[in-house]
Amino acid sequence: MSDFPTNAKVVVIGAGIVGNCLVGHLARLGWTDLVLVEKGPLPNPGGSTGHASNFIFPVDHNKEMALLGEQSANQYRDMELSVDSGGIEVARTQERMDELNRRMTSAKAWGIEAHLLTPAEVKELVPFINEDVIMGGFYCPTVSVVDSLETGTTMRKEAIEKAGCQVFANTEVLDLITEPSHVPGQTKIKAVVTDKGTIEADYVVIACGVWSNRVANMADAYIPLAPAVHQMADVGPMDILAETNNEIGYPIVRDMDTFCYERQSAGSMEVGSYGHRAILHHPDEIPSNEEAALSPTEMPFTPDDFDPQMETAIELMDMLGEAEIKYAINGLLSLTPDTMPCLGEIPEVRNLWSAAAVWVKEGPGMAQVVAEWMTYGYPRVIDVHGADIARFYEEEKTDQFIFSRADEHFIKTYGIVHPSEQWICERNLTVSPYFSRQEALDAYFFTARTWERPQWYGSNADLVERYGLSERANEWDNRWWSPITIGEHLNLRENCGMVDLSAFQVYELEGPGAVEFAEYLAVNKVDKPVGSSTYTPWLTPDGGFHSDLTMMRVAEDKIRIVTGVFDGGRDSFWVKKYLPEDGSVTFKDITMETTTLGLWGPNAPAVLAKICDHDLSQQGSPYGSLRNVEVAGIPCTLFRISYVGDTGWEIYTAWDNGPALWDALMEAGADQGLRPTGGGVYGTSGRLEKGYRLMGAELESEYNPLEAGLARPKVKAADFIGKEAYLAAREAGNEVSMCTLTVESHADSNGVDRYMQGGNEPILDLDGNRITDSHGRVSRVTTAGPGPSVGKFLLMAYLPNDKAVVGTDLQVMYMNELFPVKVAAIEGSVFDPEDTRLKG
Amino acid sequence: MRILTLIKRVPAPGARINVTDDEQSVNTANLGFTMSPHEECAVEGAVQLIEQHGGESTVLTLGPAEAEEQLRYAASIGINNAVLMDNGGEDWDPQRTAKAIGDAIEQLEAEDGPFDLILFGNESADSGGFQVGVRVAHRLDRPMVNGIKGIDVEGDVIVARREVDAGVEVYKMPKPAILGVKEGLNLPRYPTMKGRLASKKVEINAVPPVADAGGQVKVRLLRPVETVSNTVVLGTDESAAPAVVDLFEELGVL
Repeated sequence: MSDFPTNAKVVVIGAGIVGNCLVGHLARLGWTDLVLVEKGPLPNPGGSTGHASNFIFPVDHNKEMALLGEQSANQYRDMELSVDSGGIEVARTQERMDELNRRMTSAKAWGIEAHLLTPAEVKELVPFINEDVIMGGFYCPTVSVVDSLETGTTMRKEAIEKAGCQVFANTEVLDLITEPSHVPGQTKIKAVVTDKGTIEADYVVIACGVWSNRVANMADAYIPLAPAVHQMADVGPMDILAETNNEIGYPIVRDMDTFCYERQSAGSMEVGSYGHRAILHHPDEIPSNEEAALSPTEMPFTPDDFDPQMETAIELMDMLGEAEIKYAINGLLSLTPDTMPCLGEIPEVRNLWSAAAVWVKEGPGMAQVVAEWMTYGYPRVIDVHGADIARFYEEEKTDQFIFSRADEHFIKTYGIVHPSEQWICERNLTVSPYFSRQEALDAYFFTARTWERPQWYGSNADLVERYGLSERANEWDNRWWSPITIGEHLNLRENCGMVDLSAFQVYELEGPGAVEFAEYLAVNKVDKPVGSSTYTPWLTPDGGFHSDLTMMRVAEDKIRIVTGVFDGGRDSFWVKKYLPEDGSVTFKDITMETTTLGLWGPNAPAVLAKICDHDLSQQGSPYGSLRNVEVAGIPCTLFRISYVGDTGWEIYTAWDNGPALWDALMEAGADQGLRPTGGGVYGTSGRLEKGYRLMGAELESEYNPLEAGLARPKVKAADFIGKEAYLAAREAGNEVSMCTLTVESHADSNGVDRYMQGGNEPILDLDGNRITDSHGRVSRVTTAGPGPSVGKFLLMAYLPNDKAVVGTDLQVMYMNELFPVKVAAIEGSVFDPEDTRLKG
Repeated sequence: MRILTLIKRVPAPGARINVTDDEQSVNTANLGFTMSPHEECAVEGAVQLIEQHGGESTVLTLGPAEAEEQLRYAASIGINNAVLMDNGGEDWDPQRTAKAIGDAIEQLEAEDGPFDLILFGNESADSGGFQVGVRVAHRLDRPMVNGIKGIDVEGDVIVARREVDAGVEVYKMPKPAILGVKEGLNLPRYPTMKGRLASKKVEINAVPPVADAGGQVKVRLLRPVETVSNTVVLGTDESAAPAVVDLFEELGVL
């Protein structure tokens, strides 16, 4: 074909809901010279879009998924390719009824209309339901059914008309060609090789659904997702459905406890299931269009897997039993190892982007996210740190990891997932040098991406008695929690505690341009004397938080970066993305060469003094300083800092020295009340009492340093990413402030004390109204946890200025009940607000 | 009355069928399976006749253990009994197949009495040999007609119809008789969910097939070269007219 292009600004691969919406959104944002290639025919190329059930339940506990679902639903509505059918999640168990109350809470948080229904009220809306098997329902009138294929066609046409997008169906991508980039270990996309010709492109986006990882692999890149079967059977016809004369006349029913849904499709009912065994296929096992009887992603039905679902479906709707099964498939969709989508620039290959693991329900919104990201350097519609493909570590990109995790969480698609839920499989992938010691101390490990971190130590169980602590009365609130963590907290405040911080991600920038480049990344001044540190945000170009971390001047031309394990992938990618092309700076990941122990508490200086000759006073080891010393003969760097509110140090040493350092500190602290202390104190109760913010919880790209209370009095002279937006935000003043609230009463309507989990519970005014600002951002709990030293349970939330006043009475909704809360601190600490204990 | 229907597990139509590298069998990696379309009509016909006249129906297949899926499908439509002759999935020639099935029918009839009617599909959807039904009829010494698209039972007489160029041929046969039926005999129903669930309770009667190989030998399988027809869009508005004229001239229709 002579008219096949040889170059383009952007090549989008895949014309499902995502690829089509992406070219449409790029066109809206002014991009031109777009090419869309698709292996299959149009308008239905044979991917997951073609067999999707096309409905959107807008309530999700996860903020990114909920808001992008809502955003997508509205885009479908704007195109008039959507019908609000309403939908009901029904409960068969008390546990599910509790979950529906949690759903009500999330609905309130996101401002989505929802009602709890009695079985009789469900029956009124769905007359063919057997109300005897259900305990109640969660009704959402704005559940919608969309036409995803037509939406794709419409968006594609918009891209053709607005931007002259060239579209090539039946065009298979055979290879992706890369070239070296200036960053070691990273390449740059150069061209897309198809069976019709080769297109050189500045940007390439993979929107290939279940095939995405296979296509990414062509460039030695990864999009960690597994194609997974979702079984679906179309049964009918049934008169009561046909009489509606409508594609959908009754609300969609999700039978949550059997992991099934029943969705009317004209005269028939689609019965879909997430309740069967996980059936995963490698992308290479998916047939081609020619080899597939229906379409590649409509694989042959395996009825044995579906039979139990049929039985429960008939229980719920007897009429289904007599209806004929006209069509049944093992439909493929995408699952990632951590359940979240894969969006953004792929770390391995510059300008190669992923728009994958996206379902129809969030397709248009996520396409908008990627288009904005490509345009502005970061998405504007919403913070997407949870969906950012850069979040994955190498260990999370293996087939073994992807498929095991997908296998584990498939059944949780309709499951009840606790905010602190831990993974069962693929554990112990990365452990600290102290792991065997921690196991011997009966540590309870929480997983942080691939790392294992003690959340508390069973060996500290005696502290429960010492401090008179108890379990929580409600099982849900007590799940993944232990009162030992309170004991560890109180012991740290009374004596001292030692925290394993080995999961810190540690990087080094080195070279003549290192300091200048570090300044460009950071809001706060990094160019300080050797031995200084800077706690600083990194901003997006729009001035929101991309990162929040510590940078250390370890040598004249060397800057060390220390960030959290949940952010390491995104932060290292950010460095590589902006790394100077002149070679003046090298980037190195020294995480696995370095280990860190935190030592904090009033006795910390005494413990350390036993085995370290260095002057540990504020003169010899000032707050925020780095000092290279020997601890028990081991070369270490003392970093005087605290994330828990008591004096002490982060002690850095070489990985191999870690066990000896641990043993020396434990021995030195034996008569000082030193206890190994878990993440429950470090990450939650200790930091909460001090009001310290956490990236990904309080800090997101939707908020700026002023709102988070992290703006310094002055702005440095040097340029940095997001500076212009930051200056404008300072000029405008902040509309909301980060606040700490105390829960004033925990008793629910049954008289049981309840404890919020920090799962986006909405903060409400005394009339029960949501609190939002002019940007539509809602006040919600970003972190919840105990404040043992202040005797209160603490919540963090952004509040508008009129509410961000100490002493203001408000409410928090939890499990669909209201609890009184009071504003206790604005951008500050409820414990030791003068920071006297930090000085030691 | 008692009716026996014979079915064969074959790849579901619609997909490109690939051949294994040794050219001896079909690559089943991406394939779904079904029974031959003619046999779906045979099964539906059997169910309808039993519904009309009472009695019970049996379905029998010779093939791999996985053919249980097709037996249960027939049961989900309304067939009462199922017989699986597991030959390990080997590709048996028609002589051998007919011999084994003939023996099995004799055995089944010795146990429970004769089948008044035995239904085959006119030919299988995969190998299309047109032989097994005829060979079994010969073996059992029963009347047999192929190409049947209509069946009635009038007392002890089976009335069968088939379409020919000049009209319809009507055959009247005494019970027991054998028919090879074709698509068009009826419109087969889909199983209901309850039918599917009931079919799981049907006991599969295992009858091991025993027979020596016949004379037909498979050399190799060949996938015919695909003929690809390219669609060329000449245009979407009046500007396409000259191209249309050129094409018509080329085709000689102007």
